[in-house]
Amino acid sequence: MYASGKYSSRGPALIPRMKTKHRIYYITLFSVVLLGLIATGMFQFWPHSIESAADWTLDKRSVHDAPLVRLPVSSPIPERGDLSCRMHTCFDVYRCGYNPKNRIKVYIYPLQKFVDELGVPISSTGLSREYNDLLSAISDSDFYTDDVTRACLFIPSIDVLNQNSLRIRETAQALTMLPRWDKGMNHLLFNMLPGGPPDYNTALDVPRDRALLAGGGFSTWTYRQGYDVSIPVYSPLSADVELPERQPGPRHYFILSSQTAIHREYRAELERLKEENGEALLLLDKCSNLSQGVASARKRCYKGQVYDYPQILQESSFCVVLRGARLGQAALSDVLQAGCVPVILADSYILPFSEVLDWKRASVVIPEEKLSEMYTILKSIPHRQVEEMQRQARWFWEAYFSSMKAIGLTTLQIINDRIYPYAARTYEQWNNPPVVKWSSVNSPLFLPLIPPRAPGFTAVVLTYDRVESLFRVITEISKVPSLAKLLVVWNNQNKSPPEESLWPKIGVPLKVVRTKENKLSNRFFPYDEIETEAVLAIDDDIIMLTSDELQFGYEVWREFPDRLVGYPGRLHLWDHEMGKWKYESEWTNEVSMVLTGAAFYHKYFNYLYTYKMPGDIKNWVDAHMNCEDIAMNFLVANITGKAPIKVTPRKKFKCPECTAIDGLSLDQTHMVERSECINKFASVFGTMPLKVVEHRADPVLYKDDFPEKLKSFPNIGSL
Amino acid sequence: MQAKKRYLTLFSAGACLILLFCFGGIQVPLSRKGPSRRDDRSLAGYHPGARWRRFSASLQPFSPWEHDQSDSHNEHISPRQKRDANSGVYTGKRCRMESCFDFSLCQRNGFKVYVYPQQKGEKMSESYQNILSSIEGSMLYTPDPGQACLFVLSLDTLDRDQLSPQYVHNLKAKVQSLHLWNGGKNHIIFNLYSGTWPDYTEDLGFDIGLAMLAKASISTENFRPNFDVSIPLFSKDHPRTGGERGYLKHNTIPPYRKYMLVFKGKRYLTGIGSDTRNALYHVHNSEDVVLLTTCKHGKDWQKHKDARCDKDNAEYDKYDYREMLYNSTFCLVPRGRRLGSFRFLEALQAACVPVMLSNGWELPFSEIIDWNTAAVIGDERLLLQIPSTVRSIHQDKILSLRHQTQFLWEAYFNSVEKIVLTTLEIIQDRVVQHTSRSNLMWNSLPGGLFTLPQYSTYLGDFPFYYAKLGVKPYTKFTAIVHVVSPLVSQSQPVMKLLVVVAKSQYCAQVIVVWNCDKPLPAKHRWPVTSVPVIVIEGESKVISSRFLPYETIPTDAVLSLDEDTVLSTTEVDFAFTVWQSFPDRIVGYPARSHFWDSNKERWGYTSKWTNEYSMVLTGAAIYHKYYHYLYTTYLPASLKTMVDQMSNCEDILMNFLVSSVSKLPPIKVTQKKQYKETMMGQSSRASRWADPDHFAQRQTCMNKFASWFGTMPLVHSQMRLDPVLFKDQVSILRKKYRDIERL
Repeated sequence: MYASGKYSSRGPALIPRMKTKHRIYYITLFSVVLLGLIATGMFQFWPHSIESAADWTLDKRSVHDAPLVRLPVSSPIPERGDLSCRMHTCFDVYRCGYNPKNRIKVYIYPLQKFVDELGVPISSTGLSREYNDLLSAISDSDFYTDDVTRACLFIPSIDVLNQNSLRIRETAQALTMLPRWDKGMNHLLFNMLPGGPPDYNTALDVPRDRALLAGGGFSTWTYRQGYDVSIPVYSPLSADVELPERQPGPRHYFILSSQTAIHREYRAELERLKEENGEALLLLDKCSNLSQGVASARKRCYKGQVYDYPQILQESSFCVVLRGARLGQAALSDVLQAGCVPVILADSYILPFSEVLDWKRASVVIPEEKLSEMYTILKSIPHRQVEEMQRQARWFWEAYFSSMKAIGLTTLQIINDRIYPYAARTYEQWNNPPVVKWSSVNSPLFLPLIPPRAPGFTAVVLTYDRVESLFRVITEISKVPSLAKLLVVWNNQNKSPPEESLWPKIGVPLKVVRTKENKLSNRFFPYDEIETEAVLAIDDDIIMLTSDELQFGYEVWREFPDRLVGYPGRLHLWDHEMGKWKYESEWTNEVSMVLTGAAFYHKYFNYLYTYKMPGDIKNWVDAHMNCEDIAMNFLVANITGKAPIKVTPRKKFKCPECTAIDGLSLDQTHMVERSECINKFASVFGTMPLKVVEHRADPVLYKDDFPEKLKSFPNIGSL
Repeated sequence: MQAKKRYLTLFSAGACLILLFCFGGIQVPLSRKGPSRRDDRSLAGYHPGARWRRFSASLQPFSPWEHDQSDSHNEHISPRQKRDANSGVYTGKRCRMESCFDFSLCQRNGFKVYVYPQQKGEKMSESYQNILSSIEGSMLYTPDPGQACLFVLSLDTLDRDQLSPQYVHNLKAKVQSLHLWNGGKNHIIFNLYSGTWPDYTEDLGFDIGLAMLAKASISTENFRPNFDVSIPLFSKDHPRTGGERGYLKHNTIPPYRKYMLVFKGKRYLTGIGSDTRNALYHVHNSEDVVLLTTCKHGKDWQKHKDARCDKDNAEYDKYDYREMLYNSTFCLVPRGRRLGSFRFLEALQAACVPVMLSNGWELPFSEIIDWNTAAVIGDERLLLQIPSTVRSIHQDKILSLRHQTQFLWEAYFNSVEKIVLTTLEIIQDRVVQHTSRSNLMWNSLPGGLFTLPQYSTYLGDFPFYYAKLGVKPYTKFTAIVHVVSPLVSQSQPVMKLLVVVAKSQYCAQVIVVWNCDKPLPAKHRWPVTSVPVIVIEGESKVISSRFLPYETIPTDAVLSLDEDTVLSTTEVDFAFTVWQSFPDRIVGYPARSHFWDSNKERWGYTSKWTNEYSMVLTGAAIYHKYYHYLYTTYLPASLKTMVDQMSNCEDILMNFLVSSVSKLPPIKVTQKKQYKETMMGQSSRASRWADPDHFAQRQTCMNKFASWFGTMPLVHSQMRLDPVLFKDQVSILRKKYRDIERL
């Protein structure tokens, strides 16, 4: 584009100077190009406009106008599904390839209309609304590709959601007609209503070679674990009825049964339960005498009294979902939508998405044989658990049941997780509702591990140019037995650090790192020079900490390696008048932060601070040259959910004459700025992660009436 | 100059052409697409690049919900008959709990396991003996077959390799002759090896009937989901109980170790299992990916040796297996002759994240363990991608994978006992489905064996999941006072204690456990308090009754007290606020320590004031109510009886228990000075502390307990938690917990 522009602007100046031969050549070339452009332009606009007009009409009729495919009687029939199929035997992973996004590519066959030789279609409904929704959702998703050669998974547009509307033999023949069928390899079929009378198989009866089946109503005998995907039976009420989420809590009824097609043996048993437990149970059935025009699917009756369905489900704590002829019931979806805890009685049923969903947190599964004990079993469930299950049930519906899109994409994600297991979604991601994801913590350092003392710690001193004070700090710290290395972060670009000979001679390696910019975040960089897990961050003017205090701090850190263990403690408070957070450094009974002017912590948090700090906090801190310590406290508390540990009573850190509290400064602006930081960080984190505690750590024998020389850490200053 | 211009024009013309192409390239197919799509409609053609499009026309729903008759079709078949029919049809390879297991046996007595008596003269491997004794020592064991729900053979079925010296002959006949066999119903058969060279089938060589299999190296093909249990392959040296801890000590950042991925093992020149191992050298780079194979095994390897053997063997000898194991981030675990290998557990213990290359292996305890959190499940077909796969795994993920290997190793694998109990608990979870563990209980600390669903199925009732769920424990506690001496005066310590404790703002209720021989005193003799005081007569007046999980405890926290404990309300309040930060530990006052007495080769107990402690006695301590339940149900009768008979050591046992669950020390909080005297046995009354045998008994207890736990669970701490302003030189009025400083 740019090149051609250049040409046209300079062209006229160039052409006259050329030789005639060349000129003619170029003029011809130019006109050809121009002509070509015009021609394409014509092509572009003219036929296209016609086509888009055709599209518009097409949409109305398209389903009927899908290309017709006539199936010869003799066309081959696939083999019945092989029960021993697993991903490693019947699925071709090579098609999926290695890709940095770890996402499979899914191709959907264009719609075709299959008829037999007499012209009778293979399905009485053709493409259903739900299957159309499902395929559309997939084609709009990141999984979709229209390039059949790059696809890892193929989805036929032959709708097999409901087996009842299918001609089995012909449908099977249609599958083999698919151009990439190849024994069903990497093909995925969606079916929600399998089997047919009289014995209702629990998986689709259509022979399908090696195709994967996403089926509703699998039993343990038809489900190929790790190959098939068990999906819910979609309930149309999900889209038609809006049930607002209700707060978890006790409901008017304890148990509700609302299904209409319950076998009489089970209905008798439910009646018996009702007799024993009375009002707590509500047993609904079809309405026999509804006036015309009322949708019977939306009404339920008990002794002539009419209830709205599914709204009534919201009035009960537990809702019975009994198997019918099929194991999978659409009622399960309604029940979950209502936030009612499903009580599932369907022996051998593979619950929807059971590969990833922890149904024990959202439902109660009772063997059919124990139907009569249902009331006692449910009564034994703690209230708090019922509430959590109600919340969980609703969340499952919202995330995985509420639309064909949700069902389809969940199915694909499950298959995706099998192909890229190392990038699979975690249990927490699948199962924790947003409110729990928000408030729970998931630190990779979760093991209760007390690291050995021997490696010691690395002291990291951030300094600008206070050399004298720095040397004093170095000398003091070097007396601490567990010090392994000293790292001075020289943050002054205008001045070189003192010559090597001038530095204090200490017994451990001393390294100086010169930084490129004077940034506060340099103190938290995960330098390669830090070879220990434990880091002691210390300012270059903290000269009052005794060797005992530091060594004790290290010992405490070993007991709490995932926390900040520091000396100066601070507190955040909610200012009711101002309606915001406030920073507090006065003598308080509580602590929620320790300042990193003198604190032990795990090197992992350096890594987190540098690479994983949420939002713009890191830059903000560097720009304001303040609050890096508060940011670190937020970060650690947010990932661990734990409070920091303040060690020892020390209040003076810089000089014996200083006032007891000596932060950077005590003036009002400082406090205002720090408060501002807290509010800023809380809004970036979207929550206040800091935890307030009322304790500090002292040596076991601190201030005890005991000979000082027998104490491990006698020299613990009182101020 | 001319040339330059010419090039410029040529270039521009070229650009024009490209432009044209671009337009055309996009446009031409597009413009062809219209007609071709129209063609689609008439011809049965299909277009490879066609995009699936939504149809917005009104379509029919997939199911006619309004008049769904499908369910009434089935009216005439009784569901009960249908269920019964299943058990006839689904047997053998299609066995499931629903069809091959008799649940009714478990109804009456719960889930109890019976072990057949051992026959004289029947040889039995040490491993199998360990399995049986683990069952016999567990709380699920019953010696009465009439009470049992699950049966375990005393015939050694572990090694079914005909070439093995451990192979038991005539198993078929022996099994059939068992009078309780009942076609194998409700039996579980443990097996580590099956089949033999060259094909290593998974057939056990006898008819197992309807019995469940707990088998190592089982393939998904033969695995009957929710019926069989896949167990890990363990060596004959695997400890029966206790078990080694994981090797992870450090969490270095960045988390990479010297090697990225290692393997050192045999290469099979013939027979099954050779494919993957033969190809490993393609991935080996002798730097950070070190995959070594040797041909030197078996008798006649020279005969089959191929071109690579000598080179491979030389490289193989250069590296040490252990050194690589401990210094690698990932460890390749490819199939051997069989699907599983010892290497799997070795890698797990070494915190070397296993990279599984064993297609079709049903991983150990796959029913309950989410292996994606502790291992990388690779595909043998994609061996060449493995290095880039492991390199793409993020640092945080490596850390958490590594921690999870350690957790799983210690929770389910490090002893035969754990492997066996896990197997049994998995089956128990299936039998009593509505009181079973959720996935979270199995896959997070402290693991399923310490999380008993019979206590509660609600995660928030346990002390372990508060942070995971984002909830907090109940903000009150229940005080349980253990009383052994009669009430004589209103001024005796227990009276004061009751008043003081009840005054705490966090106290919900006081329970007095009356373990005194004298009859219960009249109600009015107890002090009047603002919270209810419940008096419970101790069950057979044994000391363990102080740790019963009384239903009358309405709170999560329990404050356990001796009758002669002296505490102030402030101290109680402070201890409780500390406990809220550490709900899975014991938080309290009287601290004690243990040490290894190298002269006597045994554990020692000390009550001396030392710089560290490992126990906080339950004479004044707060801990989670769940530990009462664990104490009562998890600990063996032998230990509890010993404690009851001596009326001593119950506090030590509680500390052992809590530390073995939490793997952490208890927490000592500040105390007033006079407390020391009381607890040091200086008090004048005939308290149990004055008894000279008392101390010796406690030494004995330590060693008895350590031997049952198989290890010393206690951990030392060097710190104590004080109020933030404790002993600070600031006005006492500013301090919240003033009383603690007053003498």
